[in-house]
Amino acid sequence: MALRLVPEKTSINFLGLRFICMGLSLFFILVTTGLLFTKGLNYGIDFAGGTLVQVKTEKVVPVGDLRTAMQRGGWEGLVIQEYGSPDEILIRMPGDLVDPSKAGNIATKMANALGEVGGEIDVRRVEYVGPQIGDELKRKGLIAILLSAIAILIYVSMRFEFRFAVGAVAALVHDVMLTVGVFSLLQKEISMPVLAALLTIIGYSLNDTIVVFDRVRENMRRFKKKPLVDILNLSVNEMLNRTLMMTVTTVVVLISLFVYGGEVIHDFAFALLVGVVVGTYSSIYIASPVMLWINSSTEGEIKKDSDKETAEEISA
Amino acid sequence: MLNFPLWKKLMVATILVWSLFAALPNLLSTESHSELPSFLPSKTVNLGLDLQGGSHLVLQVDMDTALKQSYENLEEEIKSILRNRNTGTRIGYRGMRSHIEQGIAFTIVNADEVQGAAQKLRKTLSGVMVLTEGSTVTVTYTVEQLHQMRRHALEQTLEILRMRVDEFGVSEPLIQRQGDDRVIIELPGITDVGRAKSIVGRTAQLTFHLVDENARAGHRLPAGTGIFYENIRDENGDIIQKIPYFLRKRPALTGENLNKAGSAFDEYGNPVVSISFDSRGTRKFGEMTKNNVGRRMAIVLDGAVYSAPVLREPILGGSAQISGNFSVTEANDLSTVLRAGALPAPIEIVEERTVGPSLGQDSIDAGRVAVVYGFIIVLILMVIFYGGFGLAANVALLFNVALILAVMTTLGATLTLPGIAGIVLTIGMAVDANILIFERIREETRRGLTPMIAMDTGFRSAFTTILDANITTLIAAVVMFGMGSGPIKGFALTLSVGIVSSMFTAILVTRWILLTWLLKTRPKELKI
Repeated sequence: MALRLVPEKTSINFLGLRFICMGLSLFFILVTTGLLFTKGLNYGIDFAGGTLVQVKTEKVVPVGDLRTAMQRGGWEGLVIQEYGSPDEILIRMPGDLVDPSKAGNIATKMANALGEVGGEIDVRRVEYVGPQIGDELKRKGLIAILLSAIAILIYVSMRFEFRFAVGAVAALVHDVMLTVGVFSLLQKEISMPVLAALLTIIGYSLNDTIVVFDRVRENMRRFKKKPLVDILNLSVNEMLNRTLMMTVTTVVVLISLFVYGGEVIHDFAFALLVGVVVGTYSSIYIASPVMLWINSSTEGEIKKDSDKETAEEISA
Repeated sequence: MLNFPLWKKLMVATILVWSLFAALPNLLSTESHSELPSFLPSKTVNLGLDLQGGSHLVLQVDMDTALKQSYENLEEEIKSILRNRNTGTRIGYRGMRSHIEQGIAFTIVNADEVQGAAQKLRKTLSGVMVLTEGSTVTVTYTVEQLHQMRRHALEQTLEILRMRVDEFGVSEPLIQRQGDDRVIIELPGITDVGRAKSIVGRTAQLTFHLVDENARAGHRLPAGTGIFYENIRDENGDIIQKIPYFLRKRPALTGENLNKAGSAFDEYGNPVVSISFDSRGTRKFGEMTKNNVGRRMAIVLDGAVYSAPVLREPILGGSAQISGNFSVTEANDLSTVLRAGALPAPIEIVEERTVGPSLGQDSIDAGRVAVVYGFIIVLILMVIFYGGFGLAANVALLFNVALILAVMTTLGATLTLPGIAGIVLTIGMAVDANILIFERIREETRRGLTPMIAMDTGFRSAFTTILDANITTLIAAVVMFGMGSGPIKGFALTLSVGIVSSMFTAILVTRWILLTWLLKTRPKELKI
C-alpha cells in the first residue's frame, strides 16, 4: 500500500476556522499595504532604470576592498555586493549616473579599476535600462497582472457561477499581495523574472482553487439538501490529499530550482515558493469562506438562480 | 477507458516516437551530431542570449530630430517657391519660423497676396496642409504624411543598421522593429560590445562646413555661424579637451553623395578614412572647393569637428581624407558606417543586456542540474505515494519533457534561462493531472467500484477538473507571452508548451499504460 500524506478520510472543520483565517489574512494584507507605503518595493534596474554589471574576480577580495578600489578609480554612489559566491560581484548604478551609449565601456573601465585588487576580471553581464523603458515595463507589468486576473475571472465565471469567481479572485489577490508583501518586507528586488513569477502565481493560485471548486460544484449536485457550509467542508476535505500532494511536488522542484538553478533564477524561485505555499493556504482557507460569504449576502438571488438551474437540469 | 481505439494508440505512439527523435539531438554533444544517421533530425533548440552569451540592444529613433530636419528642408522649399526665379514674381514674407508641432508659420507682407501664396504652396507641395489666418500662413505636414515619414525613417534606419551589422561579421544577428520608433538588435556571441555599439549607435551624419574666420570668441556670433567642437580624447576614449571652431551652420556639402569609404594611412603613417564621392558629389565638391580656395573647411561627423584643413587648391577628383587620431580599428569601423550611410535620425540606446559566454554556460549547467534534481525527486515521490500507478505517471513525465524539448526544437523557439525554470515548474505541475486522476480512482475504489469502473470514472471525472485548472495557468502564460520581452517570453512559451504537453502525456500516455496493465493482470482490487 502506498503512502498517504493525510489519513484516508478526514473531516476537519476548515470552514469553522474561517473567521480566524480571514482575519489573519486581512491582517497580512493590511501589513502588506502598510509596507508598500512605508518601505515600498525595491525595484531592480528592469523597472527603475540604471546599469548593472556582474563580474567574476580572479582572487576572492572582501567587498569593502573592492569598494575602495572603485572609489579610487573615481566611482561613487555604486551599490557593490556579493552575488551567489564570494568571487562573483554585482555592481549597480542608479540610472542618472550613466551615459547610455557608454554602458559597455563603463564595464571595461570598472573592470580596470577592480583589477587592481581582484586580479583578472571577467565581465559576465552588463545590463542597462533607460528610464523610459523602466517606466514602460512597470506599466506593462501592472497591465499584465490586471489583464490576466480579469481574463481568469471571466473564464471562471463562464465555467462556474459568479460567486465562485469572486472566491477565486479573492484568493488570487490574496496570494499576489502576500508575495509582494514578503518582497517588500525583505526588500528583495522586483525584477522582470519576479514579475513573471507573480503572473505564474496568479495561474497557479487559481489552479488550486478551481480543483476544490470543481468538487464543490459536483457535491452541490449530489447533495442538494446539504447546507453550503457542509458541502464546502466536505469538498476541501476530499481534495486535501491532492492539494497537499500538488504543493509538495511543486515545492520540491522549486527548491531544486532555488538551490541549484543559479543566482539569476534565485529570486524567481523564491517568489514562486512563497506564492505556492500561500496559494495552498488560500485555496483551503480563503477561497471557500469568501464564496460562502458572497452566498449568504446574496442568498435570495442565488436561490432563484439555482432553482432555475435545477429546473433546467431536470428538463435536460 | 475501456475503449482506447487503435487509431488513438497509433496517434499517441507516433507523437511519442517523433518527440524522442526530435528531442534527442539536444541531449547529445555537438560532435556526435555528425555521427547520427542522416534520416534523423539533428536540429537542436535555439538558445537565448542569456544562455549562449551575446548582446541585446534596443535603440530608439529620435523622430523629433528627423521631423525638425524635414521642416527645415520644407522651409527652404517654401522660400524658393515664394521667390520664384523662373517667373521672376516674388511674394514678400517675413518672420518665417518652424516648430515641430506647430509647423512653419510666416507673415505675407502684402495682404492681397495671401490667398495667391497659399494657392501656390498648395499646388506645388504635397503632403502638407496650408492654412491662412489674416496675413499669416501656416504650413504643417498632414497626419498621413507624418505617419509615412515616421515609417520611412524607421525602415531606412533598419536597412542601414542591417548593412552595418552585416559588415561587423556576427553570425545570425537579429534586427527587427519594435513599435513605431524602436529597433531591437541581437548579436549572439559578441565579445566587444563597446565596439558594436559605436558602430550601431552612430548616426554617421557627415558634413562639410566653412570656417567663419570673422567670428571671435567673446563677441556676438554673426548670423548663421555656430560653435562646433573638436574632441581630444585620451587613450581610454575619454574626452579630455574640447577645441572650439566657428563654423557656418549650413553645411557646404553633406555626405549623402558619398560613394566609397575605406581606411588608409596618411603620409605620416597615421590611420585615416578615405572617402570618395559619386559623380554628382564630385561635381559639387569640386565647385565648393574651387569657390573657397584659401579658406578653411571643417569635416564634421555627427556634430563633432574632426579636422579643418585649408583648401589650398580645388579638389576635382572627388576624394578626401578624414583624419582624427584614429586607431586602425576605429578607422575601419568609421568607414563601415560611412559606407552604409547616415541614419535618417539620431538613435539612442535605451536598453542593453549583455551576457558573457562564461555566465551563459554557468546558467546552462545550473539549469540542467535543477531540472535533473527536480525531476528525480518528483519521480521518487510519485512512486512512494502511488506505487505502480506512480511508475506509469513517471513514464508519462519522461515523455512530457521529451515532448516539450521536441516542440521547442521543431518550432525553432528560443530556450532561455527562465524557460528552463518553466520546464522545471512544468515537471512539478505535470504530475498534478495524474495526482487528480489517481486520487479520484482511490475514492471510487473506496466506494466499492470494481477496478475497471473505478479507473474509468477516475479518468473521466478528473478530466474537466484538469482542463479548468490548466486553462487558468495557460491564460496567465499567454498574457505573459504577449507583454514580456526576450527571457520572459521564453518562460511563458515553455510554460504554455509544458501545460499542453503535460495534459497530453498525463492523460493519454498514463491511461494507455494503466489500461494495458489492467487488461493483462485483471486484478481483483486496485492497490492505490
